[in-house]
Amino acid sequence: MKDTEKYTHEEPEEPEQREEQAEGKPASQQYDPSGDQDEEQEAPEAVVDEDGEPLVVEKSPEETLAALQERQEEADEQARALRETASSEPETTNESGEPPVITIKGLRKAFKDHEVLRGVDLRVNKGENLVVLGKSGSGKSVLIKCLVGLEWPDEGEVNIFGKDLLTLTYPELNEVRVRTGFLFQNAALYDSMTVRENLAFPLRQHKKDMTDEKKHSLILEMLENVGLEDSIDQMPSKLSGGQSKRIGLARTLILRPELMLYDEPTTGLDTGTAKEISELMIKMKKKYNISSITITHDMPCAKLTADRIIMMREGVVVAEGTYEELEKSDDEWIKSFFY
Amino acid sequence: MQPSLNPYQKARVRITEKRSEWKQFFHGAGNLVAFMGRFIKEVVKPPYEWREIFYQCYLVGYKSTFLIGLTAFIMGVVLTIQTRPSMAAFGAISLIPGMISVSVVREIGPVITAIICCGKIGSRMGAELGSMKVTEQIDAMEVSAINPYRYLVVTRTLATILMIPLLSVFADVIALFGGYVAMNIHDSMTIRHFFVVALAHLEFIDVFPAIIKTFFFGFVVGIIGCYKGYHARRGTESVGLAANSAVVASTIAVFIIDMLAAQITDLL
Repeated sequence: MKDTEKYTHEEPEEPEQREEQAEGKPASQQYDPSGDQDEEQEAPEAVVDEDGEPLVVEKSPEETLAALQERQEEADEQARALRETASSEPETTNESGEPPVITIKGLRKAFKDHEVLRGVDLRVNKGENLVVLGKSGSGKSVLIKCLVGLEWPDEGEVNIFGKDLLTLTYPELNEVRVRTGFLFQNAALYDSMTVRENLAFPLRQHKKDMTDEKKHSLILEMLENVGLEDSIDQMPSKLSGGQSKRIGLARTLILRPELMLYDEPTTGLDTGTAKEISELMIKMKKKYNISSITITHDMPCAKLTADRIIMMREGVVVAEGTYEELEKSDDEWIKSFFY
Repeated sequence: MQPSLNPYQKARVRITEKRSEWKQFFHGAGNLVAFMGRFIKEVVKPPYEWREIFYQCYLVGYKSTFLIGLTAFIMGVVLTIQTRPSMAAFGAISLIPGMISVSVVREIGPVITAIICCGKIGSRMGAELGSMKVTEQIDAMEVSAINPYRYLVVTRTLATILMIPLLSVFADVIALFGGYVAMNIHDSMTIRHFFVVALAHLEFIDVFPAIIKTFFFGFVVGIIGCYKGYHARRGTESVGLAANSAVVASTIAVFIIDMLAAQITDLL
């Protein structure tokens, strides 16, 4: 690819698989490559309760589609109500007069026929942590992947650090990526490298003029930040889930990003460790003045870290506010997250 | 419950499935060609990840020497032992070293080396990159503005391109040594005499095309291993599948290249 060419995301290699995943088809309904589908199969015995009523009701594709449409209509209704209550003019600056770090308008993304994002609007102000709440499959992860070019939106505007993401060339996109940190759900540490090498890797790639001493001191500083300076020579396989997240955070922060994207940072951790990670996120935000977007299901994490929360349902934003405001909502769907 | 289909409907379902399989096959083949094209585009652009290239050369080259050496030695021994009775019947035992050297250098050495590398290196690359894909390590590189293709694919493929020819030459030498050992089971021949006779039968047309084709073997072993891993689906099962299909696809590719090389050499 020429440097001046507009960056386009690679198409997924296995569109059929993507489609099946996106449609949420169970494995049993997916294509069987053995080709034995024609053979007579004995129908599984229905599981019934004491009254003989079936406990598991299998839905036909038409019923599933109808249920999806119903959920989407409800979500659209909520989104409409949110837009009516919000001010008609979008805010172009925050209270201190600085422009937002991210502005997204009408973002749409579909995998084949399944629309995962159906017109998302949001903004993140400087120094703010925006928490995105929503149930599985509501499009949260796809949303943040669209912000770093891991997924490519079909439609909409993504303005990040004042640049229109969709018109950037590959080198320009990489400039944005260097200013953006991304903490993956499973930390995504390079498992063939030690902790030291994991942290040194981004520096080796982007800070070629930096001396080895400076790199070493930076690595130590980051490990001190996350309280794991003793693990410097360990392999990622020797680390616990919480430690991996901390190292992942340290690796991401070593390039001093202005924006952090956290993809379910506390998922799979016990309550205590999850709280430690949440507190670490707050500490790093204050220390380095980082703006962030956090995708989570974890309400204690949202309560601790959120300056503002948006709630996503069926690919649209249906609610927005602080934790306290949303906690008091009368909407049954919103209340289901808090109780 | 699945609806019962009449024979006509069943046939239509079968045709649709087959069509979909072929479509997928051509889709995959097209992607592989694009992946190879990207390698050619990226490999000419510095800077290079020298550290990773040397490390991969160590893994591909040095770490494979024992397996390649052992296999080549056995091949040399077996080839000599099995050829000897026929040659003895014609009173042409003195031609055995020459015959062994030509067959080893032209065909057996490069092909056996490449096939071992398909199994050992192709599967490792498929599994390694597949697991990196599944655990989002490749995505992590991408979002850190590090080109994962350059760091993972270019380095590994360059290593196989450089190392498989060297391993092939090493296999030739060891196989000839195996032939010498086998010759001395029934006959008596000095190692110097064996190698002088063996090398005397080799011509430029035996050696040069054989070496050239090993670069192509190296290319397909590396690029197919990386391609299968790089495009692994999400899920742990796909890691095994990537490793497995890397071995199968690269072995087939090696045989196809060998066949083409034989045809081209024949024309020279």
